[in-house]
Amino acid sequence: MLREIEGSRAIAETVAFCRPAVVCAYPISPQTHIIEGVGELVKMGRLKECEFINVESEFAAMSVSIGASAAGARAYTATASQGLLFMTEAVYNASGLGLPIVMTVANRAIGAPINIWNDHSDAMALRDSGWIQLFAETNQHAVDLHVQAFRLAEELSVPVMVCMDGFILTHAVERVEIPSQEQVDRYLPPFRPHQILDPAAPISIGAMVGPEAFTEVRYLEHTRQLEALARIPELAAEYGKIVGRARGGLVSPYRCEDAETIVVSLGSVVGTIKDVVDAMRDDGERIGVVSLTTFRPFPELTLREALASAKRVVVVEKAFAMGARGVLGADVDAAVSDRKTTTTTIVAGLGGRPITEASLRRAFGEAIRGELDDFNFLDLDHRVVDRELERTAADPTIPPSVQHVLRDVRASATRVV
Amino acid sequence: MFQVRFHGRGGQGVVTAAELLAIAAFYDGEHAQAFPSFGSERTGAPVVSFCRISTREIRTRAPIDEPDALIVQDPTLLVQPGLFAGLKSDGYLIINTTKPLESFQLGGVVTELPRSHILLFGATEIAVKHLGRPLPNAVLLGGFAALTEVVSLPALVTAIEERFSGVARAGNVAAVSEAYHQTSETSVVSSQEGSNSAS
Repeated sequence: MLREIEGSRAIAETVAFCRPAVVCAYPISPQTHIIEGVGELVKMGRLKECEFINVESEFAAMSVSIGASAAGARAYTATASQGLLFMTEAVYNASGLGLPIVMTVANRAIGAPINIWNDHSDAMALRDSGWIQLFAETNQHAVDLHVQAFRLAEELSVPVMVCMDGFILTHAVERVEIPSQEQVDRYLPPFRPHQILDPAAPISIGAMVGPEAFTEVRYLEHTRQLEALARIPELAAEYGKIVGRARGGLVSPYRCEDAETIVVSLGSVVGTIKDVVDAMRDDGERIGVVSLTTFRPFPELTLREALASAKRVVVVEKAFAMGARGVLGADVDAAVSDRKTTTTTIVAGLGGRPITEASLRRAFGEAIRGELDDFNFLDLDHRVVDRELERTAADPTIPPSVQHVLRDVRASATRVV
Repeated sequence: MFQVRFHGRGGQGVVTAAELLAIAAFYDGEHAQAFPSFGSERTGAPVVSFCRISTREIRTRAPIDEPDALIVQDPTLLVQPGLFAGLKSDGYLIINTTKPLESFQLGGVVTELPRSHILLFGATEIAVKHLGRPLPNAVLLGGFAALTEVVSLPALVTAIEERFSGVARAGNVAAVSEAYHQTSETSVVSSQEGSNSAS
């Protein structure tokens, strides 16, 4: 049914239609509304035969999900930011054990300094954890990805993270068509575990593996991720037929035919970029954007094809590898390394900084004119940074810069919004 | 695209107001997107929320820098620097107050707005009358709907009925209707006055 609804609520109702048998989570902004919503649906009896388990931490939430999944239950959880980091050890266990848990990550920055707002540092910190990572562009997309995530996870026995921008999507009220119970049931069969802990037929899950076999075990995990690259587009197409909304599962190009400049990005900022692309196209610029839905496994070949016409690739990402470069940028760079394509990475929206159309348009223009470095920060306030660098150069023993920067930024700020 | 920015204080339902407007616009067949300013909201602290309404799909996720309308739920916020930032010179301004405009000595863009685009009324008083509580958020939307005709009264009523239950539902429906009709009547008078003075 088409409704005007908060993103978190839409996810909660969709997850309920996926019939998880165990939901275990610990609240953290901006994930809270999702898990409150699922809890309410269990309490109201709309999600039947589901145990909602309250625990004391995210580490426990993932550990309970692992136990539930190993015992043959469809398990779901959600978290964000520090919560995701707190459960990290168990996150790796879930993938290493091949347990098809589905988890929503309501993307948020990581402290210190503490910040509750959106960026992608949390999901990117766990990009090598062996989980499939899908990124939603809109709340509609997030809803659709959750249903596909359960099917994909269970077919391949691999856990799946559905990443949606914290606040920007989770707290936005917009138009969403939630699939019906009948549609979800048609797409998602009951969970048939590949392995199950059952006292009647005892097995071991998670035995110790030594140097003689560890490489092979890891290689097989890698193979399963590559299988997902083939399976994701098929599952997206099948889902599209049922709900009448088709969308590529790996990448979605927009106005890329004949484009000389192609922007590559993930998540909700793609919407803003599409508006900028339209405006620049109106002015005769040959520019398009590729929205990357699947980030892990990385769809290198599909992306390379989508970027075929590009002379210039501009990556916009909400995280970076400190002391190195972009995270997505490095992967995109590798995908087009066989060509004479210029790749520029723009880091934007860190800790919730708004990404405006004006700033994007200016940056894309600079990239097209060759005025941007390979690695850039959108709207970085150089005056504040330079002032602090001067201070530390004069006295290297002064304490960390957070207080200075805050004071300098506030002194120059006139906006209250 | 019509863009609205709401200013109020934590506890006044600033975020709910933007969401109600989005839901109402949806029932009018429009695309709408409501979102909060994502701060750590505290009771009494200034809070900002946003709503976009369009006949086409809304893709941008940027905050609203150039609103077509500003709804100020608490007049003590009028002294805030930057409150009117980006308001279009033909935009709309709605303030929850029983005082006249002149008593606020507002400069800048407010002096450029057409007088018929400025609406001041005691939404808190109407809320107290119908709800027994000083919650002006939905009531102000009644005035907004009558002034701008961006959403219809039936759609607003549907949004309120969907969102609230019990006393809050009935009270807000009555309050929003009173605000709507009161504004409609005032607008008719002021536009007649306007045409008189023009001729």
